[in-house]
Order: sequence, then C-alpha cells, then structure tokens
Amino acid sequence: MSEPTLTDQRTVSGVSIRLEGVTKRYPGQRGPAVDAVDLEIAAGETVMFVGPSGCGKTTLLKMLNRLIEPSGGKIFLGDEDVTGQDPDQLRRRIGYVIQAGGLFPHMTVGTNVGLVPGMLGWDRKRIAERTDELLDLVGLDPEVYRDRYPKELSGGQQQRVGVARALAADPPVLLMDEPFGAVDPITRQRLQDELLRIQEELGKTIVFVTHDFDEAVKLGDRIVVFDVGARVVQYDTPEAILAEPAEDYVADFVGAGATLKQLTLTRVSDTDLHTPVTAAVGEDSAAVVARAEAAGERYVVVVDGRGRPVSWPSVAELSRTTSVPGTRDERLPVVGLRSTLNDALDTMLAASQGGVVVTGRRDTVAGVLVVEQVMAAIQSTRNEVRG
Amino acid sequence: MTAAVDPAVDVEPGGRRGGVPWRGLVLQPVLVLVALGAFALWRAGAELTDAEARPLGWSALAGTVVDHLQLVAVAAVVVLLVGIPLGVLLTRGPFRRASPLVLGVANTGQAAPAIGLFVLLATWLGFGFRSAVVALVLYSVLPVLRNTMVGLQGVDARLVEAGRGMGMSALAVLLRVELPLAVPVMLSGVRTALVLLVGTATLATFIDGGGLGLLITTGINLNLDSLLYSGALLVALLALAVDWVGRVVETLARPKGL
Repeated sequence: MSEPTLTDQRTVSGVSIRLEGVTKRYPGQRGPAVDAVDLEIAAGETVMFVGPSGCGKTTLLKMLNRLIEPSGGKIFLGDEDVTGQDPDQLRRRIGYVIQAGGLFPHMTVGTNVGLVPGMLGWDRKRIAERTDELLDLVGLDPEVYRDRYPKELSGGQQQRVGVARALAADPPVLLMDEPFGAVDPITRQRLQDELLRIQEELGKTIVFVTHDFDEAVKLGDRIVVFDVGARVVQYDTPEAILAEPAEDYVADFVGAGATLKQLTLTRVSDTDLHTPVTAAVGEDSAAVVARAEAAGERYVVVVDGRGRPVSWPSVAELSRTTSVPGTRDERLPVVGLRSTLNDALDTMLAASQGGVVVTGRRDTVAGVLVVEQVMAAIQSTRNEVRG
Repeated sequence: MTAAVDPAVDVEPGGRRGGVPWRGLVLQPVLVLVALGAFALWRAGAELTDAEARPLGWSALAGTVVDHLQLVAVAAVVVLLVGIPLGVLLTRGPFRRASPLVLGVANTGQAAPAIGLFVLLATWLGFGFRSAVVALVLYSVLPVLRNTMVGLQGVDARLVEAGRGMGMSALAVLLRVELPLAVPVMLSGVRTALVLLVGTATLATFIDGGGLGLLITTGINLNLDSLLYSGALLVALLALAVDWVGRVVETLARPKGL
C-alpha cells in the first residue's frame, strides 16, 4: 500500500509531538490508566484519538498539556523536552478546546479570545487586532460578535469562539477534547468543515479526542485506535485502518467492511461536480428561464451579490415570477468542498432533496452534487472492494 | 450552559436581558421612609414623660442608632475578613477535607441561642463592646462562609479546567473566573449576615454593648411602651434598609453575561 502524501503543498505552523513511555497511574487502581505509550505525531498533522470510553485517550490528551501530570515517561514538543517545564507557561503555547467551548460566561467574546495574548503581555491594540482577525477566521463578524456575551450565542457559535480563543496566541499545537460532542449533527458537520478549512490555512499540529469514528475519518490525517490502558492498537491513515484493521478489535470498533463507511472517505471535491445555471437576485426571470432551458437544466441556483447560494428554485417556479426573488431558503441543503459524501447524503436526507449545493472558498457556489452521483460513488467502491 | 442557549440574540451588545428588577427595589426604601416619617411625626407631637423624652431626644436617638450601626459595621467587617478567605481556603485542594469540621463549628455558632452566646462570651471576655462584636461575628459568619463555599463550588468545573488549560495560574483562575462567577451567591450570603447582625445586635445591651436594644430593654423594664415600640420599629427599619442596600449592591455587582 502506498503511503499517502499528507503534507504536500501545505502550510505547516505546527511542531511535532513525541511521547516516550508516557504512563499514568492512579493510587488505589490496579492497572495504570495510561500504560507506557510511545507515539510520534508529525508537525502539521491532525491526529485523532479514538477508542471506547475509559480507555485513557482523554487522560493521554490531558497529559500533553499537563492538566494531568504523567507518572512517568517523557513528552517532547519539537525537540524540546517539556516534561519538566512550568505547566502554566507550557499551556500558553498549546491551544485547548473543550466541549461547548468552555467560554467564560461573564466575559465578552472579545475578552475571552484575548485572554492568552493578555497573559503573554501583548499590548492592547495588538490583542484587539488579533481578536478581530480570529473571529473573522472562524466565520463570525467581529463587529457583531466582539462585545456579545457567550449566552447570546448559539452552541455552534460558542464552539467557534472556543476555537478562536485556543488559536489566539498562535500556538503550534491544538488539543481538542470532544469539542463537537454537544451540538446537533448539522451544526457539527459545519464545524467540522470549518475546522478542515482553518487547518488547511494554518497547518497546526492537532490532537483531537472523539468517540465518533466517522468524525475521526473525516477530520484526521491519521487515527490512533486505543484499547484499555491507552494501548495503541493501530496508528495509521483512515483509509488504511478501514481497509486493513490491525485486529478484530479495530474492525469491530470502526465497523470496517461496511460499504457505506467508504462514503466517509470520499470528499465532495473528489467527485465530478455538476456546474449549475446560476442567477443573480433581481435578474429578469424570463432571461434566466431561457438560459436554463438552453442548457437543458430544470433547476437554477440563485446567488447573492457575493456569489453565495440563496435558493434553488425549479425553472417552473421561476417562470411564474418576473424577476429572480432574493428570499433566502433557510432549508437550502449546502455542504462544503471538504465535506464527505456521507455528509452530503445526510444533508440531502435531512432536507428531503435529491441534491446539495456545494460551496467553496468564502461560501461561493462551487457546483451541485446530486444523489445519483453519490450512488455511483457507492457502486464504484463496492466494485473496488470486490475486485 | 450547553443546551440552554436560546437563539434569540437580539440583545444590544453588553445589554442586560429583561432589564434590572428596579421596581422591586424601589418599593422597599419607600416603605422604610414612610414608616420613618410617621415615627418622626409621632415623636414630634407626642406628649412624653421625662423618662421617655430623654432616650427619645433627637440627639440621644441618633447616638443610639450610631452605636447600633457601629456594632453591626465592625462585626460585618470581621465577618467578611474571616468568612470569605476561609470559604475560599476550604474549597482549595487539601483544605477541602477540613470543610465539614469548620462548617460544623460555624453551624454550632449559629444554632446556639444568640443570647446564650452573648452571655457566655461576656463571662469569658468581660462585658462591653468587644465581647458583643465577637458574639455577633460567631453568630453571623456562617451565611458568608457557606455562601462563599457554595458559590465557588457552583462554578462549572469545566470552566476551571478551561482556565487552567489555557495557562492561567490557579490564583488567576480564582480571581478572574471563580470569584466573579460566585459573586451573586456570595453577596446574598453577605446580605443575610448583615440583616442577622442588625437584629442580633439588639442583644448587645445585655452585656453592656449598647445599641437599639437599650431602648427595648428599658421600655420593658420600666413598662414604657413608647420606648419599646420606638426601639423595635427602628431596628426593623434599619434591617430593612440594610437589606435594601444589599439588594442594590447585588444587582449592580452581578456580572454581566450571566
């Protein structure tokens, strides 16, 4: 099997992490919670920790920023042994994201994001600029959200602020402890897409704990499957783990072999997207209808001034109007280019539609994906598995 | 704070949702002022015997009230200086184990009949202001201590972990996260303690500690109802006024965003 190239033409601002014999014993317990783990995580990679609850994956994560002190072993960031470093200093260099963001409710969004830079002694102006930059990065308009309190935000927005806060001082390493566990599936999928986009831009070293194997496949460059005592059962790319689970334990855990699992490996951008006929809000309907009929299309994607999808009416609906309406369809099924086919199918089912609009950079329309293409992808992977 | 986030975000930035409950806060001082005015009217017009007129003279009355407030203020300062740091300490690491013991002692202090406490302390420390303050402190430290602990324990453990996880020291987490979030509960404990103090300070007179209790006991001993009622009314009004100040402070000091 060929080793996939993970870091080609990617920006990398992360550092590698190396664990040597990291162990955690709790007094009064028979076996160690984490038993002599050796692990190397390459700079700029996203590594997912998965395993049953109580297997020690969260304990291992918290030992990386020493929220839990290891009983033995060494931890290196880059070439630097940080095992004996002052934990408070260490943590300011490691972003930490927890479920629901862990925002401080009595501080505004801006204050929350600016906390770590403040501790590092940045001046006020630089903190303010950095805060705005980060809110922008996670897709929240700084003007609108900077002075709000966390309770005025939705769960997904809080989680975004949590990510922005962790990134504030530009740490090379980001630890994420089941961050998207408390949001609804649709929001979770958006947050995952967002994280992929941010990671593409920044190239941090991310260690991400999840109990959701599909999430691990979608987000991870590599996945570590743990058993009790944080025993590393398999550490490989998602493709390799699904194709060749190291033990029956892994096969059971990941549900490998199930054909539909392959849907989580295929990105929307890997398929041939159909280019739809688009229409700007306010355009003359008759002209749009003529254009669509000439192209042999039955549906038209309406976009706003910045090229973002607004609605997806049929030609028949449009021909009943004089100009293209600007009403935003709140239930419009949209996925990003980095979404998996699984996400796309989910979104279609949730919206009871036979297709989804795919958006690329800055949420502009990149194409549409219809259910037949998803079916074709399933068919071809099935054939591959057989052949 | 996970699921309870409602999507209605149309609140002015930094604005308070639902506004301040000012209406409830306005009624109380109005009632106190009306009652005080009625008392002043009665006092100005009443025909009093010499024995009544002396303690009810304006300057004598003011002096008694000031004495009473002094007892309350000194005891309150000590209560805060003891109760809050002790409450903080008992929620930190190894000291947590001592909390049942300390709470037990504080509970005993409050459960013991106040008058007994005063007399016992007086026989030990001597009569006067100082013993009265010690007794008052013992009697009213519990609400401050307990609410400090409850307030701190009520702070979401994940927020503490988030603070530590981003590199805040334990002290920084205490000062910037835990205490601000515990403020509403702590202040309501302080208010309870203050109201307790105003009422209990009337007992100081039994050990020569002064205060409005003097009017009441004199009124009872000499069978002078005007003194008795004046004392009782003034203590009640003082307690209500202190309670009101406490409520105002609680409303103002409540962290935004909660």
